Amino acid sequence: MSGEKQEPGLWKRTTLVARGTTGQFDQGARWFLIVLATVAIAVPILNQAVPASSPLHLSAFGITLLGKYMCYGMLALAVDLIWGYCGILSLGHAAFFSLGGYAMGMYLMRQIGRRGVYGDPILPDFMVFLNYKALPWFWHGFNHFALAAVMVVVASALLAWVFGWFAFRSRVTGVYFSIITQALTYALMLAFFRNDMGFGGNNGFTDFKDILGFDLHSDLTHVVLLVATTIALAASYLACRAIVESRAGRVVLAIRDAESRARFLGYPVETFKLWLFVFSGIIAGIAGALYVPQIGIINPSEFAPINSIEVVIWVAVGGRGTLYGAIVGAILVNYAKTYFTGAFPEIWLYALGALFVLVTLFLPRGIIGLVQSRGREK
Amino acid sequence: MVRNKRLYIEDLTVSFDGFKALNKLTLYVEPGELLCIIGPNGAGKTTMMDVITGKTRPQSGTAWFGEGVNLLEMREAEIVAAGIGRKFQKPTVFEQLTVFENLELALAGTRSFWKTLRARISPAERKRIDEVLEIIGLTDQRFSLGRILAHGQKQWLEIGMLLMQNPELLLVDEPVAGMTPHEIERTAQLLTSLAGEHSVVVVEHDMAFVRSIAKRVTVLHEGSVIAEGDMDKVQKDPKVKEVYLGE
Repeated sequence: MSGEKQEPGLWKRTTLVARGTTGQFDQGARWFLIVLATVAIAVPILNQAVPASSPLHLSAFGITLLGKYMCYGMLALAVDLIWGYCGILSLGHAAFFSLGGYAMGMYLMRQIGRRGVYGDPILPDFMVFLNYKALPWFWHGFNHFALAAVMVVVASALLAWVFGWFAFRSRVTGVYFSIITQALTYALMLAFFRNDMGFGGNNGFTDFKDILGFDLHSDLTHVVLLVATTIALAASYLACRAIVESRAGRVVLAIRDAESRARFLGYPVETFKLWLFVFSGIIAGIAGALYVPQIGIINPSEFAPINSIEVVIWVAVGGRGTLYGAIVGAILVNYAKTYFTGAFPEIWLYALGALFVLVTLFLPRGIIGLVQSRGREK
Repeated sequence: MVRNKRLYIEDLTVSFDGFKALNKLTLYVEPGELLCIIGPNGAGKTTMMDVITGKTRPQSGTAWFGEGVNLLEMREAEIVAAGIGRKFQKPTVFEQLTVFENLELALAGTRSFWKTLRARISPAERKRIDEVLEIIGLTDQRFSLGRILAHGQKQWLEIGMLLMQNPELLLVDEPVAGMTPHEIERTAQLLTSLAGEHSVVVVEHDMAFVRSIAKRVTVLHEGSVIAEGDMDKVQKDPKVKEVYLGE
């Protein structure tokens, strides 16, 4: 995307493809965008135009599943941006995802209105159940979609900024950083489990009725949500790509490989890490916000530490430091998870563990790395 | 009164738990000269570099860069900005960036995240990178990733990264350690060519190398200067013989 703006001849493609930044579209990126476009076009047709009797018909279940994979892909992209390119291993990215999901969930709860079990025009069911007399202050305005959308970004950005500011300023790096991100998401999980937090305690939010006036039980709404998610995924991918291919992206790589050297050249290392982390947090938050209306539920278990660790496995499987590889990894691992948990539920966790070990041992650059080296041998 | 020097170091004393790493060290660097500093281990060479670059603070003494810049009152980044570049012993270049990109990041100019996000290489910057590539002899390797460079090439690249910011004073710590004879020869040429436009201070153990490049040599021992002058004079100095040979 920045290919035409850069002077030709400054970068040689073969070296850069191997690194994951090219200054122009390499084949992998082009294929990836083509696949996304195909999904965005084919899914509406396969669901809406193809009759339900046809084997080609895509069921509502299939759409929801695809939508889930796309959201996970975005989350993996967010992790790859900071882990693959800046060496910051976050084991707490599900926190941003869940926070974005909760912000969207608040809007969806307010949309239920009188249709809830208790029929209260203002208070969501769980508040009536827990004897709330009035709406807590932070719930005001969430009946507007625009405010909820802004809060999805603000909440995840704010958490990333505050957390990152303290961590990076104190020069917390490596495994210590990873551990405190685990603590962060665990602490948030415990907080959201509490009933008096005002977020529905361990039940979270569910029973959503509609979004922007469209029925969440209709296939068409889900098709539109899936297309929106696909577009959001492509847009986040292009944004991440623009970052890693800018000079700032090269500074980020420099920080990953020789942090003190980058500092010695005069780059404010902490600022670079902080903004990258905030941007990554926002992508994760948006992914969560798209996830909730499609899945129909958000509860504190989304914050569970294991979720964040799984994301790292997706990225490692797909190929760290390639951006689209992370997305491919997220989709493949989750497809396998859907299959295994259906067919052999008891072995899924072992399979996941084995997969991670095997990838670490034999595919240090993931599936994409394997494909790339095959391509070069030809 | 000493005047018109590039660097003034007078009466510097640094002690670590009673051990005097520098003991009333006084030395001057002329504009555009190539000065070699030698001395046995623990003579205070690295500590001196640390003081000049703001990494270590002395207990007493003064360090001025030119007439108007008091190095002892400045932070490391300010000293770099004032025009002092330091090359460390172990070469560190950015392994996953190309030679060209390594130099690009070392360009004088913006360091802000938001500005580097939109930064494009200007023709003037590109010309400067090409000049430096020429000086350090890595024009043919411009597209190679840092990690595949030979040891000597990494050292040159790092010197090139210092040159991008056009420093007036270059501090070079053991540049030829671990180099092949051919690489040593090229490094000697490189450092000699830099003197004149820049003041260059080289700390080195390799006597043959020092002999090949130095016009003026300063010998440090136990934190002070024990001899100064050209290589022949220094080698004949009885105090130097005593320190090096134990005579």
